[in-house]
Amino acid sequence: MSLSPPHAAPDVAGATVPRRLRFWPRQRPGWTVMIAAVCLALIVIVAILAPWLAPHDPLEMSPANRLKPPGTDYWLGSDAYGRDLLSRVLYGARVSLIVGIGSALISVVIGLPLGILAGFFRGLDSLIMRVMDGLMAIPSVLLAIAIVSLISANLWTVMAAITIPEIPRVVRLVRSVVLSAREEPYVEAAVSLGSSLTTVMWRHLMPNTLAPLIVMSTYICASAILTEAILSFLGAGIGTETPTWGNIMSEGRTYFLIKPSLIFWPGIMLSICILSINLLGDAARDRLDPRLQKRGGAQ
Amino acid sequence: MSDDATHAGLAPAPVLEIRGLKVTTHASPAKPILEGIDFSIAPGETLCLVGESGSGKSVTSLAVMGLLPKGSLTVTGGRIELEGNALLDASPKRLRDLRASRMAMIFQEPMTALNPLMRVGEQIEEVLVMHQKGLSSTQRRERVLEMLDQVQLPDIERVYASWPHQLSGGQRQRIMIAMALILEPKLLIADEPTTALDVTTQKQILKLIKQLQERHGTSVLFITHDMGVVADIADRVCVMRHGEVVETQPIEALLRRPKTDYTRQLLTAVPSLRPRAAREVTDREIVLEAIELEKRYGQTSRWARLTGRASAQTLAASEVNFALTRGRTLGIVGESGSGKSTVARCVMRMIEPTAGGVRVMGKDIASLGRAALRPHRKRIQMIFQDPFRSLNPRLTIGASLIEGPVNYGTPRGEALARAAELLALVGLPKDALARYPHQFSGGQRQRIAIARALAMEPDVLVADEAVSALDVSVQAQVLALLDDIQRRLGVAVLFITHDLRVAAQICDEVMVMQKGVVVEYGPASRVLGAPEHPYTRSLMLAAPGRHWDFSRFRPLDRVLEETPASASNAAVYP
Amino acid sequence: MFSYCLRRTLAAVPVMVVVALFVFLLLRLSPGDPAAIIAGDMATPAQLDRIRETLGLNQPIYLQFFHWAGELLRGDFGTSLMSNLPVTQLMAQRLEPTVSLALLSIVLSVVVAVPMGVIAAWKHGSLIDNAVMSVSVLGFSVPVFVIGYLLIKVFAIDLGWLPVQGFKRISEAGFGPFIRHAILPALMLSTIYIALIARMTRASMLDVLGEDFVRTAHAKGASETRVLFKHALRNAGVPILEVIGTGFALMITGVVVTESVFNIPGLGRLTVDAILSRDYPVIQGLILVTSGVYVLINLAIDLSYALLDPRIRYQ
Repeated sequence: MSLSPPHAAPDVAGATVPRRLRFWPRQRPGWTVMIAAVCLALIVIVAILAPWLAPHDPLEMSPANRLKPPGTDYWLGSDAYGRDLLSRVLYGARVSLIVGIGSALISVVIGLPLGILAGFFRGLDSLIMRVMDGLMAIPSVLLAIAIVSLISANLWTVMAAITIPEIPRVVRLVRSVVLSAREEPYVEAAVSLGSSLTTVMWRHLMPNTLAPLIVMSTYICASAILTEAILSFLGAGIGTETPTWGNIMSEGRTYFLIKPSLIFWPGIMLSICILSINLLGDAARDRLDPRLQKRGGAQ
Repeated sequence: MSDDATHAGLAPAPVLEIRGLKVTTHASPAKPILEGIDFSIAPGETLCLVGESGSGKSVTSLAVMGLLPKGSLTVTGGRIELEGNALLDASPKRLRDLRASRMAMIFQEPMTALNPLMRVGEQIEEVLVMHQKGLSSTQRRERVLEMLDQVQLPDIERVYASWPHQLSGGQRQRIMIAMALILEPKLLIADEPTTALDVTTQKQILKLIKQLQERHGTSVLFITHDMGVVADIADRVCVMRHGEVVETQPIEALLRRPKTDYTRQLLTAVPSLRPRAAREVTDREIVLEAIELEKRYGQTSRWARLTGRASAQTLAASEVNFALTRGRTLGIVGESGSGKSTVARCVMRMIEPTAGGVRVMGKDIASLGRAALRPHRKRIQMIFQDPFRSLNPRLTIGASLIEGPVNYGTPRGEALARAAELLALVGLPKDALARYPHQFSGGQRQRIAIARALAMEPDVLVADEAVSALDVSVQAQVLALLDDIQRRLGVAVLFITHDLRVAAQICDEVMVMQKGVVVEYGPASRVLGAPEHPYTRSLMLAAPGRHWDFSRFRPLDRVLEETPASASNAAVYP
Repeated sequence: MFSYCLRRTLAAVPVMVVVALFVFLLLRLSPGDPAAIIAGDMATPAQLDRIRETLGLNQPIYLQFFHWAGELLRGDFGTSLMSNLPVTQLMAQRLEPTVSLALLSIVLSVVVAVPMGVIAAWKHGSLIDNAVMSVSVLGFSVPVFVIGYLLIKVFAIDLGWLPVQGFKRISEAGFGPFIRHAILPALMLSTIYIALIARMTRASMLDVLGEDFVRTAHAKGASETRVLFKHALRNAGVPILEVIGTGFALMITGVVVTESVFNIPGLGRLTVDAILSRDYPVIQGLILVTSGVYVLINLAIDLSYALLDPRIRYQ
């Protein structure tokens, strides 16, 4: 018997395992999670302090210093317009974080009420879910491209374009949690205690969605950062007057054969940033809501 | 356990022998689950392992099969020998060979124990494929069909090709038994195999196990929490508590002369099947009345009409009439699918009845809208089955208790003071107000749920299987509490249960339901003491341990006899 | 079973209607003159008027929608601003590279990811499990173009084993040259898909391995491989299939980036070209077609549940 059937021991479980999940870990989190947290904290600090940390103005062009190799003046070298790569990469963290956090917040703010309504009222349910199914069917990058090609690309349109396709994921999650929670006897008990609909929704149903939402929003954050980078990379994102990791790479593509660092430095930053967020999301999931495992990670 | 030793000394070599078995959790520090278990089973014998939840009885059975959940429980000491084979030292390969061929197991939940994506015939046949390599496919098929016949399934060719979801719970358990016994193992381990089944099905399954056991000379290790079942089937009984064997005795001796206080307690807590006398009628005020109540599920959908399909309408309850007066208890008794819970939910207006009336204190609430219903909600309160889910885990006990009164305008401070009184009434300390549900045991939570219902000062309490999830000793305490509260506050109780013993213990009147219809209704002493309707009779006859009066340690002197179904002119009360 | 299939198929219709409505409203409600967007920057006022006429911009908006949707149903997706060719024709020309690349990637992903997930679940908590999960998190996190350029750097530039860019169609150059050019793009495209499927397979297998019937199988004396593959994997199948379907949206994103990195003349390149030239009719056509394919793939997967699960079949 070396295959482990992970059955709960029938007699022991339940009696000893507290059913309330703890938010704060009892034991120290694993080292991967610690490293991820430190990396993410560093990136946030870099984004905030970019004007003081950057050795050059990220927009300052210097035709004499095109495509310089790394050196004392340009630590990571310079790009095709002679702009300092390091400064641009440091500033790039700002857009990524704003887009990531903004998209996560907005999609939760819009998706949570829709999901609760869909889960609670059967009539609204089919209407809301049909619209969400439709939105989910449109590939997010193409939708973003369409929006950006109709309305000129800036931080806000890009963020809106990235957020819209994420909303259905939040709605679906909240709805499924509400659908199962409303069957709980304590919700029925609240109804028979004469609690109003809003009390039932707000006090008894909504708190159930919080843990999965925290986890989901980390994944949305990671996925939004990735989508923003892809849009910039494809040339449909924010203009190069605002450096983003995506548009640095997009500009670097032409010179990939002679100077691959134009793609690799922002690529590494991007990867570390998304990886950290995903790892923290996984840790939060394991801690808060083990059932969420199935819903997969960043998409 | 000296008794056990002498037994083993006189009898032929035991089929299964367990000595000093220790199991602990994998966590650090390791928590002991089994602390030195000893027992043995002789050939052809039925040994019952009895105990309340947490006693370690299931862990013992899984340890024998080598199926302890890996990574959470480990055997740390002792011996398990199956016909002289030391199981704990056996290689995984050897252990696999012994399973099904020498020892087999059936489980509690027949609905989930079969692979849903495999025909049941194939699943039984798989045992032969793995263990008897020489058989041709026709031979295997014949063996399986023969086995299906032995477990008395009808239309075996069709059953062979069925999917699990097409069979009932009882039929699936028969499939499990067929699968377990097809290789004629020496030992059958049955872990609460009838707990999830209705009493009438339970009776058939127990009888079937007995028959097959005699036919094949199998020894049975039967795990159960139900003393009634023990009384019916055991040769010897091994009582467990907190991972230790409390006592082992032959069945007669155990039931008549338990050696330990714990066993004595367990037996005393089993409610008697003989109905208690109805209380004197002191108040004739009708607090709850159902008039021609009906609930139909599955209205003909437009889709069904479009495709010309017969509408899948089911009549969950029809023509239900009853009247409950102040201070009395009416029990609704029936098996799963009888419609008893539907009636409770209609009365509570968790669902809307399709026809008929529900009068609470004279006011018909059957078709009131949400807002109009609200003032009447407080008159009628519910206690739910699962104590682990009936309290919001995120609210303190205090917050849960005052939610209702505050909804109806009681000031918070006053409601809290009242909540503290109620906690005292249900026997919990005052400081419980600031704690969360997970800090309480199942029985305590059920007390809290009762307090929450009482906080509304209702005229009627609806208890839907309110003690079914509790251990028998806790169950006895909660029943006593309900009785006490009723006497003090004069609240009427509508008590939904599948357990005839509980009904006999607590009800003044009893209503028996079958497939949505009331078949018998009257004073408990008459309905349960001298049932007239054949269905009520069959329920009483199927009640496990019905010959025994556990709390008095002697057989019942007057028992309902199995006779040809009595005349169907059962008078319906009133 | 018939009614299940019919219901599923009918349920796909409103989804497509919502997609169409959304794409339609996107253009009409965006700030700016729809006619100008459709006609491009070079259009003369006379051209703009003609376009307003054909779009029926003077009519009430719901009539415009029915008119527009009617054109779509007749296969008329409009005309490209750049090439003046019908959008359908442009897409048809670019279909083969994309489809062949996507199929290759899906096969590669499933073949790699499913065994990965099964083994990780089987050896739950072990080194192998941790390795699989780490690879999977990496696959999610490293942007697809970074992976693409890494692959090019290592296998095409440094080692020189495979071509840096370009594409050969099977229909023209045969299978050998196709695979030589397709292998790096397919690897790039598969990474995130492999991560997704492996993760889901593992989670779903872990769930199933905790089920009662798996314990029954053990109690019967079944060997581990038998339990894993004969009992568990099939039961874990539905969520795995589901993620293959919903993950298709990821693949579309991946195709756009991959074709751009490897300079492959498929639908993805068409998308990038359309972005750069702001060729809205083409973008609109691509959205409608990919959404349609997404809906169809998910419909096919829904229908395949009926083959997998008798409980659905006998509904």
